[in-house]
Amino acid sequence: MVRIKDHPILGALEETQEITIFVDGKPVLARAGEPIASALAAQGIRVFRNTANRKEPRGLFCAIGRCTDCMMTVNGIPNIRTCITPVREGMQVETQDGLGRWLNDG
Amino acid sequence: MAKEVDIAVVGAGPAGLMAAIEGARAGAKVLVVDENSSPGGQLFKQIHKFFGSREHRAGIRGFSIGEELLDEAQKLGVEISLDTICWGIFPGPELALLRNDTDFTCRAERIIIATGASENALAFPGWTLPGVMGAGAAQTMINVHRVLPGQKVLMVGSGNVGLIVTYQLLQAGARVAMIVEAMLEIGGYGVHAGKIRRAGVPIRTRHTIISCQGENSVTSATIGRLDEKGQVISGSEETLDVDMVCLAVGLTPMAELLFTLKADFKYVPALGGQLPCHDEDMETSIEGIYVAGDVAGVEEASTAMEEGCLAGLACAESLGLLDSLQAGAEKQKVKKRLQALRSGPFGEHRQDAKEILTREGLIK
Ligand SMILES: Cc1cc2nc3c(=O)[nH]c(=O)nc-3n(C[C@H](O)[C@H](O)[C@H](O)COP(=O)(O)OP(=O)(O)OC[C@H]3O[C@@H](n4cnc5c(N)ncnc54)[C@H](O)[C@@H]3O)c2cc1C
Ligand code: FES
Repeated sequence: MVRIKDHPILGALEETQEITIFVDGKPVLARAGEPIASALAAQGIRVFRNTANRKEPRGLFCAIGRCTDCMMTVNGIPNIRTCITPVREGMQVETQDGLGRWLNDG
Repeated sequence: MAKEVDIAVVGAGPAGLMAAIEGARAGAKVLVVDENSSPGGQLFKQIHKFFGSREHRAGIRGFSIGEELLDEAQKLGVEISLDTICWGIFPGPELALLRNDTDFTCRAERIIIATGASENALAFPGWTLPGVMGAGAAQTMINVHRVLPGQKVLMVGSGNVGLIVTYQLLQAGARVAMIVEAMLEIGGYGVHAGKIRRAGVPIRTRHTIISCQGENSVTSATIGRLDEKGQVISGSEETLDVDMVCLAVGLTPMAELLFTLKADFKYVPALGGQLPCHDEDMETSIEGIYVAGDVAGVEEASTAMEEGCLAGLACAESLGLLDSLQAGAEKQKVKKRLQALRSGPFGEHRQDAKEILTREGLIK
């Protein structure tokens, strides 16, 4: 766990509602309002997708929605930037393979 | 859906908020749009105290300044539209906006572009591995989302962002193994560097990252010493046990909207690259379109706020909301404060670079 509970300047981490999301089918606890990427980072999950051709791992890079490195498949929709997409109760997050597949893509 | 305002501001960072405040104070109807779901731009990740004099809000931390600005803007009736991206500016001038998959436009008498900057990347073997990220990305994760994306860090670059984020990583409980800097000297302020040194983090100038290793994410990084030609001296390589590499190698202004408008640009490396020319009042080569903050040259939050102030005043004046005597006096005060921020060994070159930009900006 790498959640910053106490901080010399920002103080103690505020209590917030806990939300459960599912990452590749496994339940993960997240803080309401945070982006998917930080919920994953808090669990030590670093690989968010693998590239299409060379199958290389990618993860968080810019954290402000610019670079698209952090894309995952969320609720069946591929290429979602997880660093700027807030968690929602019951959200299904999947490690994305290449460009990903749409849920109803046959 | 179409809106109409006196002044539309793109970007709710320190520059955009200040511009909106000055415009609204003079009586203008102001709309600020930001693609983020929360306002403040980079301010809320800045937990250090600001420098300068009292007028520059020295001694106050970035996030508190952010709260003050928001409060003031709201009191003055500024409308802030979040989750709203501006994807183009059309004749009118009219902003093309997108919020939650809904398109709409806003006609504005004056437009202030305060879109900020984005972090530069650096390519080396292994740079795409998870665990390598922008220093600003790490800052966002630790200070805004309260998560440490790694435990043992190598920082690349010793400018102010590199130094400040290193200190903030330590405050967040990470271990920073080292800062490497390719130049002969540390890039950022001595005060910041001193704090880092006292905390026991070595800063190695004339050193760079050569590669980083790991199967699925970073597990080590190799650094080396550079000769006068900038080549790695063989035998100087050293491998560090780190799980995170932060890149603090400069920012590039996000001036896409101005590119599409065919505004005049000038290449000024000292301020981040291709920059929109502007006059002393922050107006670009296109009448009625102003810039402020990092998009007009990468500096820091205090200068961004002053430039926003200037652009807001100039817009209000050109709309006839302030008489030129009053506006002139106000603008003069801001220009003085800007000059103070751009003095001394770390500011002078920015002052010179800005002068090149404004000189070009005046040739309309
Ligand atoms: C990641 C990062 C960390 C930094 N950390 C520090 C630091 O610790 N100390 C320091 O002094 N300086 C720091 N800086 C420098 C920083 O640029 C200034 O401090 C200051 O925030 C610049 O203010 P600004 O208003 O020009 O831009 P910003 O604060 O970047 O605000 C620009 C805003 O515009 C929005 N935007 C951009 N394009 C659009 C569009 N098309 N449509 C709608 N909205 C848009 C963005 O979402 C953003 O909110 C940092 C910069 C970055 C990028
Ligand atoms: S990390 Fe760059 S877009 Fe998410």
